[in-house]
Amino acid sequence: MVVAKISLMTEEERIWHWLEAVPDPEIPVVSVVDLGMVRKVYVVDSAVEIEVSPTYSGCPATEVIEQSILTKLRSEGIESVTITRVLCPPWTTDWISDAGRKRLSEYGIAPPTGAAGKWQLLQTTVVKCPRCTGVQTTLVSEFGSTACKASYKCDECLEPFEYFKCI
Amino acid sequence: MTKEEALLRYILRLGDNALILGQRLVELVAHGPELEEEIANANFALDYFGQARMLYSYAGELEGQGRLEDDFAFKRSEAEFCNLLLVEQPNGHFGDTIVRSVLFEEFYHLQLDALIRCDHVRLAEIAARAIREIRYHLRHNSQWLIRLGDGTKESGAKAQASLEALWHFTGEMFEGDEVDQIFHDQFNGPKLSNLKEQWKASISGLLAEARLTIPVDRPMQNGGRAGRHTDHFEPLIKEMQYMQRTYPGLTW
Repeated sequence: MVVAKISLMTEEERIWHWLEAVPDPEIPVVSVVDLGMVRKVYVVDSAVEIEVSPTYSGCPATEVIEQSILTKLRSEGIESVTITRVLCPPWTTDWISDAGRKRLSEYGIAPPTGAAGKWQLLQTTVVKCPRCTGVQTTLVSEFGSTACKASYKCDECLEPFEYFKCI
Repeated sequence: MTKEEALLRYILRLGDNALILGQRLVELVAHGPELEEEIANANFALDYFGQARMLYSYAGELEGQGRLEDDFAFKRSEAEFCNLLLVEQPNGHFGDTIVRSVLFEEFYHLQLDALIRCDHVRLAEIAARAIREIRYHLRHNSQWLIRLGDGTKESGAKAQASLEALWHFTGEMFEGDEVDQIFHDQFNGPKLSNLKEQWKASISGLLAEARLTIPVDRPMQNGGRAGRHTDHFEPLIKEMQYMQRTYPGLTW
């Protein structure tokens, strides 16, 4: 990806650029931008307003993420930051960017398969092993180390892995 | 009852259902029948607490008296909670827990689905977020109900007994009152009595698959939505509010 020189960016592009460096506290290889949690960035005069969508209602990382955004922007010299939580349209795994999916996969977490459409959840989908790309995998548990993941096992390379639930 | 009072009450009922069922489910942490179910129920509880937080913080904004989400959870007395009696019933054995969740969540899912289409923007947004989580719960819990009902002779008999024991708490879910009427008139909210047929159809289908028999409708017990709870409620609240009751005003 070609990144324009930071000095040539508009103020909003600069904020987005900085936000791309704010990691998810539980899955640090993806940023809050990769996850699709940052909806909009407004800059009016020197005040910045950021719209953030929480992922799961009960995601314990929400407050940490908001705090990390504030800390990051302050470290870049931006003092006036307002974070607004927006619920509409609701966050789903469809908001995770392609770059984010690729990073999840490289990290060993299978990205969500298919669209989080109404009944997708109830259909059987093929979850590919992020290690060997094998398609013969078995669901071990619909729940994992965090609310957003399920646990799988690859029947080809026999390694266990986590799957980012499509929800 | 004014429109404002009705709206506040409406939101608190939704929040209380979520909080109290969430509180019941966390009781299983370190006591689950197996690791997967322990994590599952802890995850479900987390979803419920998240939903309760969204609803309580909104209730606080509406009320405008400076109450925050924690005030609603930890500083109200038993009679101020207006959750359904069903969700406060004890976990019992694993079959009781699963039956309770399925009976409630089949209803809650319909309720959320109707709220998404109502004219109250904020509640519609919260419902749109929550319904995805409840759908995941339902998938898991329904599979368990089928496994228990259509499992061994013993698991089937126990699941049937759980169903019989909890059935008389299900009537309350569909009893609309003044609060529901005002919310319906003002915001095109769901008519609870209209959800009953759909609920019964989903439950019947699921029970048939689980080889369980749908219980006969007997007189139903109600009262939770008006703050009259069963005997199981007080110990739950006392435990949940232990810190605030022992050290009033304690903060982190």
